[in-house]
Amino acid sequence: MSSERKQKAAHIRHLLETEGPLIGPKVSSKNRDRYAAAERFEAWDGTRDEARAIKEAAIADLPELIEQLRESVEANGGTVYVADDAADANRYVTELCEEQGAETLVKSKSMTTEELELNDALEAADVDTYETDLGEFVIQLADESPSHIVGPALHKSREEIADLLNATFEPDEPLETAEEMTRFARDYLGERIREADVGVTGANFVFAESGSMALVTNEGNARKCAVTPDTHVAVTGIEKILPSVDEFGPFVDLISKAATGQDISRYVSLFTPPTASPTLDFESDEPIDFGDPTAETDDPDGDRAFHLVLVDNGRTEMREDDQLRETLYCIRCGACSNSCANFQAVGGHGFGGETYSGGIATGWEAGVHGMESAGEFNDLCTGCSRCVDACPVKIDIPWINTVVRDRLNRDADPDTFDHLVDGLSPDEEPSGLALDKRLFGNFERLAKLGSATAPVSNWLADAGPVRAGMERFLGVDRRRDLPRFRRETLVDWFDDRGPRVSSDDADREAVLYPDAYTNYVLVDRGKAAVRALEALDVRVHVPRVRSSGRAPLSQGMISTAEDHAHHVYAGLAEHIDARRDVVVVEPSALAMFEREYERLLAPKSAERLADASYEVMEYVYGMLENGGSPDALATPPEAVAYHSHCQGRTLDLEPYTVAVLEACGATVRTSDVECCGMAGSFGYKEAYYELSMDVGEELADQFADEPVVAASGTSCQEQLDALLGGEVPHAVELIAP
Amino acid sequence: MTVADDFLDALSALDVSHDRTTLADLEATLADAVDEPAVGVPLHVDADLPDAVATTFTPSELQDAATGVTPARLGIAEYGSVLIRSSAGGDEPVSLSPERHVAVLAAEDVVATGRDAVDWLADEVAAGRGSHVLATGASATADMGGLVEGVHGPNEVHVVLVEDDEEVGDE
Ligand code: SF4
Repeated sequence: MSSERKQKAAHIRHLLETEGPLIGPKVSSKNRDRYAAAERFEAWDGTRDEARAIKEAAIADLPELIEQLRESVEANGGTVYVADDAADANRYVTELCEEQGAETLVKSKSMTTEELELNDALEAADVDTYETDLGEFVIQLADESPSHIVGPALHKSREEIADLLNATFEPDEPLETAEEMTRFARDYLGERIREADVGVTGANFVFAESGSMALVTNEGNARKCAVTPDTHVAVTGIEKILPSVDEFGPFVDLISKAATGQDISRYVSLFTPPTASPTLDFESDEPIDFGDPTAETDDPDGDRAFHLVLVDNGRTEMREDDQLRETLYCIRCGACSNSCANFQAVGGHGFGGETYSGGIATGWEAGVHGMESAGEFNDLCTGCSRCVDACPVKIDIPWINTVVRDRLNRDADPDTFDHLVDGLSPDEEPSGLALDKRLFGNFERLAKLGSATAPVSNWLADAGPVRAGMERFLGVDRRRDLPRFRRETLVDWFDDRGPRVSSDDADREAVLYPDAYTNYVLVDRGKAAVRALEALDVRVHVPRVRSSGRAPLSQGMISTAEDHAHHVYAGLAEHIDARRDVVVVEPSALAMFEREYERLLAPKSAERLADASYEVMEYVYGMLENGGSPDALATPPEAVAYHSHCQGRTLDLEPYTVAVLEACGATVRTSDVECCGMAGSFGYKEAYYELSMDVGEELADQFADEPVVAASGTSCQEQLDALLGGEVPHAVELIAP
Repeated sequence: MTVADDFLDALSALDVSHDRTTLADLEATLADAVDEPAVGVPLHVDADLPDAVATTFTPSELQDAATGVTPARLGIAEYGSVLIRSSAGGDEPVSLSPERHVAVLAAEDVVATGRDAVDWLADEVAAGRGSHVLATGASATADMGGLVEGVHGPNEVHVVLVEDDEEVGDE
């Protein structure tokens, strides 16, 4: 167990040193470019909704669409083959090559053929196969797997690529610059395309009504592969089918912006094969036989054959799976990889399975290769939710990761060390759940126990032998400071003290929600929140309510999280009935109320709680907007550097904190990293400690010279404490009188 | 600003050069715009290609051509894209293979947005003309360790915008 963790840590450390530094800056810049492109395009959000609705409907109608597509492709003179699995698809393509006596084949980039490992099958069938996308070409020469679904060779430096080309081709003049290498590859691959007997492409979208397909590229190789050889084979997943070209619009507008931050890719091709474009025989000295360029309709070139291979390979089962179905809406843009702090740090060879990489890869791998492949990297999703805003089809990627984690937990072998945390934590989960997961998932119980026995629990937790044991059995990295539990909880403190604003004087009444961290550990920020609200004439209540379930949910313990959700709702419902607002300090708890409870509670209950809930600075902002005076609050330091929690960013909460601090007289500088790297329990885990610190470094660099740094999430506060030294407060502590 | 002006702005942002001309001057404008040897597809507007542009050629002449001239059926102001129909006349290889692509576009065929273009495409597909490419700037890659233009497609794109005689006269 422990050696497995050590191995994982070593693999991650290796990638942090090698591929991460190459891939990180490239995907971060694509991520920034995506923000800019979305900003320029006014209809971004509405278009995402449209695209989402189109994909939902298309996947619902998939069996009918497949049949319709078959009919239209056949009517156009092409052939459709639906392959059940990889072997079936590979057999079809290799047999086709055999029938045609094909010796060479050129390919344009296609993740689906990577999934099938088509190249291996072609090689076994003695068909010389050339990847013509330059990134894929490099990967093919290096005999590696793609490290990113859009940029397969992003983990390679220019020097490495030059060495590879020079060693393989031994050109007279060694290649050095990107320009030289591109020219060389263009000429070399151009020749391969001209000679090729068969061209294989993927397809970004396929249209059932007309039998058309769309390809989105920058290099132009897909166009060449599709129209130069006599035979065009398109290999694509069944999920790519849309009803008709009428539904293409939103995707044209979204896909390139999401993928690379380009407003549109260089080439967006719509083919209705077999196309009318003449086939080209470069060995012939005869002029090309052109048809009539002004012909009113396409008259397919009689020499051209077209085969569409539609790959199932697990997709039908994904479609029937209520939790994994959403994965099929994915248009493979890679934005979830680019927006992910862990992906930026290690790349797709760390955050990826057999074929796919990045946040959505968990869904794809679970569906097409199985749970084992998904399990290899599923833990790298911290649930930070930054990809949720990035995804052009609004897939709830963290939820898919949570579901797969839950299923992996349930498949785990019963573990002999269960008793270690079992006593502490009777939960809703199966025995055999990894101990670290059970420990962190039951944080509330741990905190309750730790608080009841503080300060002894804190001394114990600091003791060397205890930390060694925790590391060995529970996977808690001993380099991490543990939370220090407070003997007096926030709820106890408030019970003794009582509210300070009378019902008669109150402008509003609110419940301050005591999440487990604010209640047991960071009690001061809870007290500050109470004082700030009271200064604005809010009558505050701090009831005893269970923790939100974020901790178990992030370990994939969905049943336990659901149990928390029911309790929390029961504990707050009456307050909501009494027209009290629910004010939340911890952004990850608010994100539960606003996002995940939708899946854990009855829809009406989830909606009521979400509607009543506010983040504390958002609430203060609202009070100030409605006539409250900043003079009632304390004066914050002149300059504040503020790091917003990832889930707070996804919920668009950052502007409220900034506005309140500014209203109180501070100038505010905000960080622009996606995540601090801590992400709840993630940074405590032995396997991930170094990755967590690596991700945090960028944030630490941004704030290194700032005298006052504030953060909104517990994890961010802890991580910044560790990185910067000293205590990093919650923003509300800066304005509480 | 007309959509044609927006279109020309978008072209500049993409480093795509352009000429504005009239039907009467088109042939002369094209003669200046091509590098030889040049190949081309007969135009969709009522003008001839200059003599320097061959319309009958072998695959290897296509391969060696410096310029390919094709009609562009539509321009998209929002993106600076030109829409090339992949017809039997060879627009696809002629626009893709030579280093320089010269696209001839009638000003009245410029539409405002990508959505307009897709609506138009849907009608084309329904009318039995089902293959087109929206080309935006030169072909490009960043796969070799830096952004390079001119990969499998052209590294220079030039648009010749054909306006009505009066429109140009009014300016
Ligand atoms: S899940 Fe969304 S963001 Fe990720 S690759 Fe698919 S479409 Fe793009």
